[in-house]
Amino acid sequence: MDPLGATISGLLDGFASGAFSSEEAVRAFADRIEAHNGKLNAVLDFDPAHALEQARAIDARRAQGHDLGPLAGVPIAIKDNICRRGELTTCCSRMLASYRPPFDATVIRRLHHAGAVILGRLNMDEFAMGSSNETSCFGPARNPWDLERSPGGSSGGAAAAVAASLAPTALGSDTGGSIRQPAALTGVVGLKPTYGRVSRYGLVAFASSLDQIGPFGREVADVARVLSVIAGRDPMDSTSVDRDVPDYLAALESKPDRPLRVGLAREFFSEGLDPEVESAIREAARVFEAEGATVSEISLPNSKHAIPAYYIVAPAEASSNLARYDGTIFGHRAEDFEPKTDAEKDLPALIRMMMASRAEGFGPEVTRRIMLGTFVLSAGYADRYYVQALKVRRLIRDDFDRAFQNVDVILGPTSPVPAFKVGEKLSDPLAMYLLDVYTGPANLAGIPGISLPGGLTKSGLPIGIQLQAPAFAEETLLRAARIFERATDWHTKRPGLV
Amino acid sequence: MDYDIIIGLEIHVQLQTESKMFSACGTEFGLPPNTQTDPVSLGLPGTLPVMNGKAFDLALKTAIAFGADIARFTKWDRKNYYYPDLPKNYQISQYDLPFSTGGALPIPERKDGGGGGSVRLTRIHLEEDTGKMIHAAGGLSEVDLNRAGVPLLEIVTEPDLRDPADARGCLEELRLTLRYLGVSDCEMQEGSLRCDANVNLHITKDDGSKVATPIVEIKNMNSFSAVEKALRYEIERQFEKWKDDGLTIKDAPKETRGWSDPDGITKPQRQKETAADYRYFPEPDLVPVEVDDAWIARIREEIGELPMARRRRFESEYGLSPYDANVLVEQGQDVADYFDAVARETGEAKLASNWIQQDVLRVIKEKRLPLADFPVGPAALADLINRVKNKQLNTNQGREVLAAMIETGKPADAVIAEGGYGLIGDRDELAAVVAATIEANPKALDDLAGGKKKPEAVKGWLRGQVMKRTQGKADPQLVVELLEARLAELGH
Repeated sequence: MDPLGATISGLLDGFASGAFSSEEAVRAFADRIEAHNGKLNAVLDFDPAHALEQARAIDARRAQGHDLGPLAGVPIAIKDNICRRGELTTCCSRMLASYRPPFDATVIRRLHHAGAVILGRLNMDEFAMGSSNETSCFGPARNPWDLERSPGGSSGGAAAAVAASLAPTALGSDTGGSIRQPAALTGVVGLKPTYGRVSRYGLVAFASSLDQIGPFGREVADVARVLSVIAGRDPMDSTSVDRDVPDYLAALESKPDRPLRVGLAREFFSEGLDPEVESAIREAARVFEAEGATVSEISLPNSKHAIPAYYIVAPAEASSNLARYDGTIFGHRAEDFEPKTDAEKDLPALIRMMMASRAEGFGPEVTRRIMLGTFVLSAGYADRYYVQALKVRRLIRDDFDRAFQNVDVILGPTSPVPAFKVGEKLSDPLAMYLLDVYTGPANLAGIPGISLPGGLTKSGLPIGIQLQAPAFAEETLLRAARIFERATDWHTKRPGLV
Repeated sequence: MDYDIIIGLEIHVQLQTESKMFSACGTEFGLPPNTQTDPVSLGLPGTLPVMNGKAFDLALKTAIAFGADIARFTKWDRKNYYYPDLPKNYQISQYDLPFSTGGALPIPERKDGGGGGSVRLTRIHLEEDTGKMIHAAGGLSEVDLNRAGVPLLEIVTEPDLRDPADARGCLEELRLTLRYLGVSDCEMQEGSLRCDANVNLHITKDDGSKVATPIVEIKNMNSFSAVEKALRYEIERQFEKWKDDGLTIKDAPKETRGWSDPDGITKPQRQKETAADYRYFPEPDLVPVEVDDAWIARIREEIGELPMARRRRFESEYGLSPYDANVLVEQGQDVADYFDAVARETGEAKLASNWIQQDVLRVIKEKRLPLADFPVGPAALADLINRVKNKQLNTNQGREVLAAMIETGKPADAVIAEGGYGLIGDRDELAAVVAATIEANPKALDDLAGGKKKPEAVKGWLRGQVMKRTQGKADPQLVVELLEARLAELGH
């Protein structure tokens, strides 16, 4: 048995049967990272020593017959915006190039408690702002299905790493599709949980009311296992919700009382949807019907407003969340902040230092969103933009509430297009923003969504299908995803390249 | 020309909590810079605020005590600005839905008969305090974040105050009330109570028409007397300035001036060129707070008798003078409680008041003791007062016994037994001492007969001699009576 090809279940079986140890598994992934990451740029400055040490400790405990956690010995890679004590956590920004948090994110504590082995940190768009991993200060991650192409973003490194078997599973974060879209573009499973299901403590904030940490895996069971570990109320995050955490893995194979009701929103099939993606979605609907589900058309009439609303709310919160990076206490500090223009001569040195530090520390996309967010919150504009966007957000939530009165899950595309070429959209922010058209609404509404492999294009690129469910209905969502996965073999396809 | 003074206050009060408003680190004052910090109060990337429930309780207590309306739904907002006094570059505050609106602060009556009534409250909201900037010489600034994140109440009044003395009185009453409530220690020197004042004048011109002077916000007032002095100065300054340039509220924007205590003047402070745009929006890292009836009821139960009510009760229940009632109440709740206990135990409120004011308060002031550490509890003091009342001791003896009780911590009976205190209450015994004293001092009788000295002086001297012979143990009233009787027998 080869740990590299295994799902989490496969790894746990391998550990239990003695087919391989955790140390051997970690070494296999470390070797694979060593061999292939140069092409993919998915994992950042990985040193396996600490992971191997952790793995050996787990192996020793296993040998002594100790009770081990549900992810004992399982390697997991972490997006570079989730804090780990003493480890670099840079958000792939020059601004945080030297930030080593003095604390662990709650999800990291929970992973440690569950026996998981942290494999390393993963490339991402700068501060999670981007849909292609191209805004990273460490350069773009590459899609293992075609190295010319982007793995999507912002959790591009996580998706690429899991797709290329550099890690069996990974944690990403999803603010407008940043887990689901790269999962779709790389042919892996990516889950964005309900807002409040997973603690955000230790996730470097992009847009606090939208951000949610979630797992990547090769199959639905992988993300169910990780979710069971990381979900739950955290006193350190007031927005985490106090609800029981069910056994999501058990939910996968449970038999519901009545057939699954799948909704297909009329609005999904609009301009901009790639025909091959559209046919994959229609095929997926047929698969669900063949599996005994009912499929009906629903409407999400306000979904067309989701992108404008999203690109007001998210930058507004980001402009405030990122205000702290000014070079005073932390963040990159410019060495030269002498006045460059006459206007700057009148400014206090402190302000000039902040301005120069921010100008140097942030890349263009982050700068664009900070400016956008600052504008939409400004006096005289807030009512027209920010307040209006909050109203739209409410309407979008209402749309979902109405739809979920009649269906259990909503089926649709994750991304309107399959993986695109690196550089193709970077110069056109609007085209990049439109990639979030199918994923942004779930963040605005706070509901869970999952992307799973649902086909390949003629040219051999993965197509993701998305399922969405009501808030805290992750069991239903995962069960539905498992129904599709059981009936298809798309999740077994791996990129031939590496 | 006459004018009305228009004053409104903006008061900041630090709440007395163990931990900060949104993080677990400590709040103790006066520690080395930046030692009361943690990842949350430093705003480290990845951290999140969590509301301090105790702080919210104290805030509710304050608002309820002043009769404010408590919002059933309140939320947090971010006030965005770039300044290193808060490392996040935003302050978590409350903008459009403060937890409390309305209510009123009492204005104490002044000795000159003015004052009284109350000043309406516009709103009270809760926020996190900012750090302290110390602008050192050479253009360098230092940042101390110990204060950053300490729970802070902002109390805004309507412009209802008409006299600087009332502004001061109202603040002093606020401090007393908040101390009774255990909400804050309100030390202006330490900054746990801070006050800015808005002031202008409504001038009635000789022709009967009215104008208002431009509003000035006075900052940097670090004591109650500074508040009163700064307002007095500013009123005078505004009136003179108006007489000079005639500028009214319509001609000039609001000005910010800082009070300089050593100079006794207000000085203009640097104005922001443009109005600050704080880009308020709801704080997404915190959930709104919903306050229900049960919560309000629980807090209401924790609110004891407030100073105003207590003064009135001391006057009506015990017949104390307004002066005495005030002295006892304004020492703080512990002293008022102590008095209540002694007065009830002895049934002698005036005696209790005298003993407490003249002895207990003097000693705790001299020894700088909190009342809780004063060795004589209310029951012990009541016991002593009862002995004086029952003539077991005279007042001087009582004082000596109390001094010994404070010194040794022993109860009155032990001190009396050890010190041989006690009054000679027996008529015959004392009559014998009186007779013997007169016999031993024939010159005194001569003086009385000779008329050279005033009889009262001679009698007083004889009383002293009797007390001397009894080592101070004679009941003074009985001595007077027996001395008069014996002198009468002797024909004087």
